[in-house]
Amino acid sequence: MTRLAELSSLIRSKNAGPFVLTFDIMFPDEASYLRVKGSGRLNAGHFAELFRLPVGQVRFFECDNARAFKFSIPRPVTQGDLADGDLHGGQQFIPLMDIDIP
Amino acid sequence: MNEIRYIAASGALGAGVDARALDRALALEPHFIASDAGTTDAGPFSLGGGQPAFPREAVKRDLTRVLLASRKAGVPALIGSAGTAGGDPHVDWVLDVAGEIALEHTLSLRTAVIRSEQSKDYLVGLYREGRIRPLDPAPPLDEAVIERSARIVGMMGVEPLQEALEGGADFVLAGRCSDPALYAALPIARGLPAGLAWHAGKVTECGTMACEGGRGGVITATIREHEAIIAPFGEGVRCTPQSIAAHSLYENGDPYLHKECSGTLDLTGSRYEAIDERSVRITGSDFIPSKDYTVKLEGAERIGFQSIMIGGIRDPYIIGRLEQWLAEVEAHIHGAVERVLGLGRHDWTLTTHVYGRNAVMGDLEPDADAIPREVGIVVAATAATQDLATKAAQLSRQPFLHHGVPEWMGGITSFACLHNPAHIDRGAVYRFNLNHVAVPRTKTEMFRTEFVQLGNAT
Repeated sequence: MTRLAELSSLIRSKNAGPFVLTFDIMFPDEASYLRVKGSGRLNAGHFAELFRLPVGQVRFFECDNARAFKFSIPRPVTQGDLADGDLHGGQQFIPLMDIDIP
Repeated sequence: MNEIRYIAASGALGAGVDARALDRALALEPHFIASDAGTTDAGPFSLGGGQPAFPREAVKRDLTRVLLASRKAGVPALIGSAGTAGGDPHVDWVLDVAGEIALEHTLSLRTAVIRSEQSKDYLVGLYREGRIRPLDPAPPLDEAVIERSARIVGMMGVEPLQEALEGGADFVLAGRCSDPALYAALPIARGLPAGLAWHAGKVTECGTMACEGGRGGVITATIREHEAIIAPFGEGVRCTPQSIAAHSLYENGDPYLHKECSGTLDLTGSRYEAIDERSVRITGSDFIPSKDYTVKLEGAERIGFQSIMIGGIRDPYIIGRLEQWLAEVEAHIHGAVERVLGLGRHDWTLTTHVYGRNAVMGDLEPDADAIPREVGIVVAATAATQDLATKAAQLSRQPFLHHGVPEWMGGITSFACLHNPAHIDRGAVYRFNLNHVAVPRTKTEMFRTEFVQLGNAT
């Protein structure tokens, strides 16, 4: 097993407008990307479980031409509203780092 | 050969323009030079408060470089989403800066000013005709939301920019504008493929963020019948198929489909190839025209005024029962504010952000139950006036300072205040209140273009 953080070149989260959060996972080479893709460990259900969200809120994309995976969810709090603690949405990806990849 | 070449001078006017790289890139003989100047990423304050997110000096420095380079090349300069939010005060602010630059550098600029702030009466009219539609997810909308908004802008597509260029503008200063539209306007007007033009715009609108290697630099694009070439200029900066592909999905919920006013950019079939060690060829990008012309709306309303207090707790007895301790403190504060100021729980808002527990991730935090060594707490009081918010924050200090725990007998001082006075007034605070599109009756009715002369007339 290898942690996703060690296989990827970048894991990030970011606002996609004020109402959506998006998560990108990038790889340094084709082999790492294909290893993760082939493992099936990245999917909407697993993401929903990690972030404790209804699975119906999670959109998941495999982007072969960018060697990237993407998850998108509605922002739990609208960007900049009183309860929001991350204006740019950049620090929400951490639970993805520890996903074990066989 | 029909082609359009351009330079994207910066991803955000005010964040920096690499003057040397921009000068070198003029060798491309561009048809225009542009820079995006706005984003919602700065938060709702800019739109609601009518203020830019960058200092005037930074915007003036960058705009000077863009305007001087465009005059040197003898081609138009375009700035989109002026002053961060692209409302009327933001456009006026950048127009004033540009006027100053024109005088100082004896430039003569036929300037097209395109405004995109929307009147409430107009929007209420659209709403009543069913011409405002929610995106997903969208906050609830009714006429009251429109009426209480501090400011609403419509995001323009290529059409108003094309009209400004056809009108012979040396300088196009646009209000809120789709970032890629700024770059797609001229290639599409010249009959080049919309898919490649929009895709190149999407890749270049953040400047050299789509590149790897060094810092700074500028990025350029050449749009042709069957390809778009993306190439940066700057020390050590290069584009690779991977960096361009990766940037194509940056800050978008969907990596393949990007909605614009007149249709959808579809990257499903996009291919990226290296031409040399710094340039990339894009092919296969498609643009699917939509039946309805839609304009994205951005709105902000004032929530109220805010005062905050910052402090920390190190006492393990308090941290061990933090949830309950905070609930007790908050109940004391609500009681005090009700007794002293006559404000009930619905008349103001008390928010606590607990750093060390879950302030950063909120409900998404998987480890909120871990017991930290110390916590930082930001207490925010938000009320209808600054006077009330300040007083509510002042009334919050004593409950935080002296609320006990069973383990200690006698009076304790439980909260380490960072500042004196402990509270900081933050002024007005805003929230985004629209994630909707308008379906205007005509493509141009939401945008107003005016030609003005900056500097001395020639």
